[in-house]
Amino acid sequence: MPENLFKVKKEEYMLPGNRACQGCGLSLAYRYATKALHQKTILTIPASCLTVLHGLYPTTSVMIPCLNCTFASTAASAAGLVAGLAATGQTDTTVVAFAGDGGTYDIGIQALSGAAERGTDFIFACYDNEGYMNTGTQRSSATPLGALTTTTPILTKVQHKKDMLKIMEAHHLPYIATTSPAYPIDLYDKFVKAKRIVGTRYLQIQAPCPPGWGYPPRDTVKIARLAIETGIFVLFEIEDGKFHFTSRSKTIAQRGRRLPVVNYLEKQERFQKMSMDQIESLQKMVDSKWQEYQKKAEG
Amino acid sequence: MEKKDENISAMSTVAVGEAGRTGDWRDLKPVINHSKCIPTVKNKAACYLCWLYCPEGVIKTGIPVEIDMDYCKGCGICAEECPAKAISMVPEGDNDE
Amino acid sequence: MSKTIIMTGNTAAATAARLCRVQVIAAYPITPQTSVTETLSQYVESGELPAQYVRVESEHSAMTVCISASTVGARAFTSTSSHGLLYMHEQLHWAAGSRLPIVMCCVNRGVGAPWSIFNDQQDSIAQRDTGWIQLYCRNNQEIIDTVIQAYRIAEEVYAPVMVCYDGFVLSHTMMPVAVPQADMVDSYLSPYRPHTILSPDNVRNINPVMFAVLRKNSAGVLCDGYMEMRYKLQEALEKAREVIVEAGRKYSELTGRDYREMLWSYQDKDAEIILTGMGSIASEATVAVDMLREAGIKAGVVGIRVYRPFPRAEVQKALGKAKAIIVLEKDISYGYEGALCSDIKAALYGTAINAPLHNIVAGLGGRDVKASEICEAVKKSLAEMKGQESRFKTHWLNCRQ
Repeated sequence: MPENLFKVKKEEYMLPGNRACQGCGLSLAYRYATKALHQKTILTIPASCLTVLHGLYPTTSVMIPCLNCTFASTAASAAGLVAGLAATGQTDTTVVAFAGDGGTYDIGIQALSGAAERGTDFIFACYDNEGYMNTGTQRSSATPLGALTTTTPILTKVQHKKDMLKIMEAHHLPYIATTSPAYPIDLYDKFVKAKRIVGTRYLQIQAPCPPGWGYPPRDTVKIARLAIETGIFVLFEIEDGKFHFTSRSKTIAQRGRRLPVVNYLEKQERFQKMSMDQIESLQKMVDSKWQEYQKKAEG
Repeated sequence: MEKKDENISAMSTVAVGEAGRTGDWRDLKPVINHSKCIPTVKNKAACYLCWLYCPEGVIKTGIPVEIDMDYCKGCGICAEECPAKAISMVPEGDNDE
Repeated sequence: MSKTIIMTGNTAAATAARLCRVQVIAAYPITPQTSVTETLSQYVESGELPAQYVRVESEHSAMTVCISASTVGARAFTSTSSHGLLYMHEQLHWAAGSRLPIVMCCVNRGVGAPWSIFNDQQDSIAQRDTGWIQLYCRNNQEIIDTVIQAYRIAEEVYAPVMVCYDGFVLSHTMMPVAVPQADMVDSYLSPYRPHTILSPDNVRNINPVMFAVLRKNSAGVLCDGYMEMRYKLQEALEKAREVIVEAGRKYSELTGRDYREMLWSYQDKDAEIILTGMGSIASEATVAVDMLREAGIKAGVVGIRVYRPFPRAEVQKALGKAKAIIVLEKDISYGYEGALCSDIKAALYGTAINAPLHNIVAGLGGRDVKASEICEAVKKSLAEMKGQESRFKTHWLNCRQ
């Protein structure tokens, strides 16, 4: 581990004393994303938890230049930066959009699909905390089946999570990757790799949220790890259409042993009202996704 | 000509402690038992999983490991992830050293 | 110096954007604006105009692309109409709040429901309070000239400018247009310099969350609050009056075409009845004035070229001697009256001017507005104005009620 660990830059580009919650999964992920991206990068971010992490006027806690944009416009904002930089000869800069699941799966999907279809040369990173956490845990299309949110307060969410990765895959991108704060080196490596690729690159980070998911802040890494162990969240890359498992998910795929999803669910208050039927349905969904990925990995 | 800000739209500049001394958020603080902490025990740069998993970036990878208590929010991830169980979370105000 | 070519209003707008050497264009098709962006595509793909052309998936994204591109120092252009403009609404505020000198043509069209592809000015009037400067054109020559002046104004004030002209009436009608020489435009416009820094060499977080209260930065300097930022934008638009006049004066010098005032006029010197309005309806009013004069009524026209910032003092002066005022417009502020009518009344409040004033709402959704109909409506209003209770009234021209 140490050799691996020391290839990561020691310098911090997300500074201490920022406004992220205790044990924030996004914060941990962002720490490594900024380490990987910091050189010659311009960020654009919509209204989200990340806006708060970046800080209130007149101070910011992130050492990468950033243009805030409206909720629906993230990928278009990136496209404007790319066009503006190209038009003014500043072509050595990487443009990175960083949005939550609301800003990606829901209100941001039109601009994202448009920018991806045009092959805009930028990285779009979605930190998926599975709901509108910045406004106080409302349901999004990324919220998983059976989760309690403030807009599914009694019946829980009755639909499965949208498969955003499949939607992005349909755009034939040069690089798609999933990553998790439980595996910071994997996350760092994927951002470093994405920075070197030309075209639209899509990264999705699972970002556990202690207040929104209902678990103690100390368990963020454990929860993120359990998501991988149960196959709820799978680490992979799709490079020019070629799928391969990475990091811990690769090991799980080789050994062929996953934990039941209930091990992940029982640790979070948001799933406390989940019915047996819902748990079964989620397990089936995870199993069939896993099989789909394995088929893809086999080619 | 040198570029400058006209200050007619909102823009922030970088500083540590944007949200103030976030150490004030803690009710539990991490206390390292250096007799168990791997870098101290082995007397070499090793482990540092606390540094790796700290969402704030307030842990320094020295020998011994140090935590910036001005900004540590006290989430306790370091204590959870420490393989040597060298970090314990202690209520603020308890005499622990 | 210039070459006269017969062209549509949309070609005039595209030609102006080319002459201004815009660097980023982002646009989405919508009738009647579409041929502006088609023409620009021709320029860009043929290599005539070395610009980045982003063929976005919506108007919301079109304005967003202009915002980001303008932030990093590119001269940005877009054009739209009607629902396209309404779909941009959020981004119009964002562009003005970011103080970006984007220029956009709004090819005026009615707003649904129900659908109408035809002309009125409800679309741009509905965006009145977004912090954009609004300029209205009455013919194709004014379209090309106004777009060029718009960049000079925008880049000096650091506020976006909307150049509005009537759909079909101008956008698709061929008129002779004197096209300025490229070197004249180059000398008229200085290169665009962004007002803030967005560069990896100098870290900034632009447009973060801002509080109502004033807060100190890390150096201990007390910085603006949200309200100060709003005041600065208001101040900029107020100051824009001088800049608009100066940009017009300079342009008039170079071209011999008169843009020295925020208003234009026709037969107003001895006029007792003043007709006022924006765009092609004001143009039509000049024909109506000829008819009224033939009937012995001393009428004149004061056309409004600049709607925001509103030329308060100029309106007071121009309407000072009027014995009756007729405000013609192609929009309605539901539950009250035409928006221009309210603005003109507000400009006159507290002055010695107390002439009767009628508002004529006309031509919504492309309903034809004939000079003869304006003429008859004015006569009818003049008759009504004699009665004390009908000094102020709104009429819907040529509308079954």
